[in-house]
Amino acid sequence: MKEKTVNIGDVIFEMENVTKKFPGVVALDNIQFNLKAGEVHVLLGENGAGKSTLIKTMTGAHKPTEGTIKVNGEVVHIEDPIHAQELGIGAVYQEFNLVPFLDVAQNVFLGKEPKKNGVIDREYMIKRTKEVLNMVGSDIDPTVMVESLGVASQQMVEIAKALNADSKILILDEPSAVLTEKEINKLFEVIERLVKKGVGVVYISHRLEEINVIADRVTVLRDGQYIETVKVEKNNIDKNELVRLMVGRQLDDFFPKHDVVPGEEILRVENLSTHKLLKNISFSLKQGEILGIGGLVGAGRTELVKAIFGAEPADSGKIVVKGKEVTIRTPKEGILNRIGLAPEDRKLEGLVQILEIDKNINMASLDKVSNGPFINEQKFNSVAADMSEKLKVKTPSLKQLVCNLSGGNQQKVVLSKWLACESEILILDEPTRGIDVGAKVEVYSLMNDLAKAGKAIIMVSSELPELIAMSDRILVMHEGSISGELKKGDYSQEKILKLAAGEA
Amino acid sequence: MENTKLLKLKNNRFFESYKTQISTFIALIILCIILTFLTDKFFTGKNLISVLRQSSINSILAAGMTFVIISGGIDLSVGAIVALSTAIMGDLVVNTGINPFLGMFIALVLGVASGAIQGLIIAKVKIPPFIVTLGGMTIWRGIALEYVDGSNVYGLPDQLKWLGGGDVFGLPAPVLVAMLVYLASWFLLKKTKFGTYTYAIGGNEVAARLSGISIAKVQILIYSFCGLLCGISGILIAGRINATSAVVGTGYELDAIAAVAIGGTSMSGGKGIIWGTLLGALVMGVIRNGLNLMRVSPYYQQIIIGIVIVGAVSIDAIRRNKK
Ligand SMILES: Nc1ncnc2c1ncn2[C@@H]1O[C@H](COP(=O)(O)OP(=O)(O)OP(=O)(O)O)[C@@H](O)[C@H]1O
Ligand SMILES: [Mg+2]
Repeated sequence: MKEKTVNIGDVIFEMENVTKKFPGVVALDNIQFNLKAGEVHVLLGENGAGKSTLIKTMTGAHKPTEGTIKVNGEVVHIEDPIHAQELGIGAVYQEFNLVPFLDVAQNVFLGKEPKKNGVIDREYMIKRTKEVLNMVGSDIDPTVMVESLGVASQQMVEIAKALNADSKILILDEPSAVLTEKEINKLFEVIERLVKKGVGVVYISHRLEEINVIADRVTVLRDGQYIETVKVEKNNIDKNELVRLMVGRQLDDFFPKHDVVPGEEILRVENLSTHKLLKNISFSLKQGEILGIGGLVGAGRTELVKAIFGAEPADSGKIVVKGKEVTIRTPKEGILNRIGLAPEDRKLEGLVQILEIDKNINMASLDKVSNGPFINEQKFNSVAADMSEKLKVKTPSLKQLVCNLSGGNQQKVVLSKWLACESEILILDEPTRGIDVGAKVEVYSLMNDLAKAGKAIIMVSSELPELIAMSDRILVMHEGSISGELKKGDYSQEKILKLAAGEA
Repeated sequence: MENTKLLKLKNNRFFESYKTQISTFIALIILCIILTFLTDKFFTGKNLISVLRQSSINSILAAGMTFVIISGGIDLSVGAIVALSTAIMGDLVVNTGINPFLGMFIALVLGVASGAIQGLIIAKVKIPPFIVTLGGMTIWRGIALEYVDGSNVYGLPDQLKWLGGGDVFGLPAPVLVAMLVYLASWFLLKKTKFGTYTYAIGGNEVAARLSGISIAKVQILIYSFCGLLCGISGILIAGRINATSAVVGTGYELDAIAAVAIGGTSMSGGKGIIWGTLLGALVMGVIRNGLNLMRVSPYYQQIIIGIVIVGAVSIDAIRRNKK
């Protein structure tokens, strides 16, 4: 095939009337979509709207049931991800696909290792990996093990891997979900650099603030259907209009926070420390209170909540629940003390992907729906039905395997699980990561309801607007200790960021 | 209208999730039809009953193996535990003259105990099941051989003989036992916390732990249950051959694993149903029986069984990959 010259603004990819059906679900229904060279095209839609499915048909991971796909004006049938790469389509999926115990260069070249005299050409691999990493402005050492990298660096490796194939089309599925503000800004610089070179970028995110900064055009999907493609002005998007297109109705309040008068103290932590990171953490929590914990990735927020829950017990310090000192050394003991933890990584820690939704929802509270060792099916089913309805989990059946759910709906299943437990102290680690605006509002309302019912909530969040709007009090962590506590009415993004950076 | 749509959806999902088992079932039927035409003896009541009897031990062991494999483990010590429980029981009953029922009870206890010890080490010391049960495989057999000093015991009391060779309304006792084992296994997997936790551990151990599941407890239970079924098998074998020996059961673990694999259980854990394993064991039994009827040499039989195992799992994998 002869390379056509492509100019910025040319349509390089097109989908016409594409439909994709799964058993019981029409994930994409007659979709229109096109991508131009040198633009950032955002896909917007609620959880389960079909965004990930759309990009998986772009990369050959799924084949469309009907419809045509054109690359540079020519009709193609994308066979598989390798074929897609040959067509210049590279993708970074919602869930990473790196091999932890291989080094960066090996990952970047996975499956297309360069050979010289019959053996792998390590030298070239390392040189080229450095080049592509440079393209994204990163100076990661190509010879370090991927496992030892943080999420942000891992994502850079994913992008480098996609670019290594000389991609003209780069797809990023919720890349910012795992990044800090700073890292997101860096990612945007990378994207801008690529766009200037004529790469077409498909970008998925639930954060409207990001879309405001990065998007050229936005295509909105709802329930698998194409709604509209709108051209947007940078830094001047009409948020309300986009939300209306996305959820089909007006949303008036993004953060519906109700104030609750806090009750008795329910949890007190004194001088909690671990050898690894935590240093003398002390705080207390009252019934009906929502305590926000802010800080940068790596500040020890997750370690702290895991220590309280018993997943990674602390080495010293005291945990006092309802005035009584307790020992919590396993998650089971945490649950017995009515503590629940919805972990931040739903794939690795939150859910059993290859089990059904109803089993996952009941997983931590099977005792409640069992008589002795025997499960009471009626109770089991009604808990699952109840919870999934409360959180509006979108699925044709509760017997669906969790791995077939969209990312946001998986998150709702995690939350359902801990609500089913009737925990009195609910710890939510990044509770709205990857869930759509509508669902976020649902989660916030739920937090309100729980607080009103006297439950205490600890919310770890990297999203400042959410932290500020929903918390009754904010603790900020820096390098394993609490660097500051902010009272309601006293917080601002700047204050939190300063404390998080350890500058106050 | 709504209702029929819902029903269709439900059926769809049924076929979707049990595809492997359904195709194994169809393969089993086709196999039976072919053998009916190839031999005149296959499709006789007597032969079919004997296929069931011959498959019963492997079915029982494979049931236990199903739990182990669903939980993400493997048990290589199955044959050795069978030998341990049968040999010691035989010696105690015949040479020491203890009550045969007490003997059987001891066989079961031995099975559970050796399984539990392995489960304990796997769970607490956190050593891969492959290694622990590989060690167990030689240890248990070594203990059995040492205990009876390599000798065999013949002529068991009637109660034991009946369990191996007797029947109820024409159904051999071992077949009845196997049926009970499968009902119990199905119940455990589907209707109890233990079963749900077994799937959870195999599917995602971290998530299971964070859900407050005591991984160690469940693992110990799983290997104990597998050991219990080894004990039961040891009793049945003793009754059947009217003798006990410390060298029986060599390679039984491999047959059990094969039945589980043919039955569509995922070797990486988290996925599988007990009826699939039963089908897998029956497929192996029917093939062995058919080959015997056709007088195929045992060497060829080995080759063919091997091809069936790899073939069955490959077809399944290929079909899944295509999707
Ligand atoms: N392999 C599959 N089998 C069955 N159903 C599927 C499969 N993959 C996706 N679906 C369904 O298709 C629909 C669209 O899912 P998709 O993952 O594309 O949503 P999404 O827009 O990316 O959502 P999110 O924002 O939550 O990531 C969902 O209802 C989902 O349950
Ligand atoms: Mg998605």
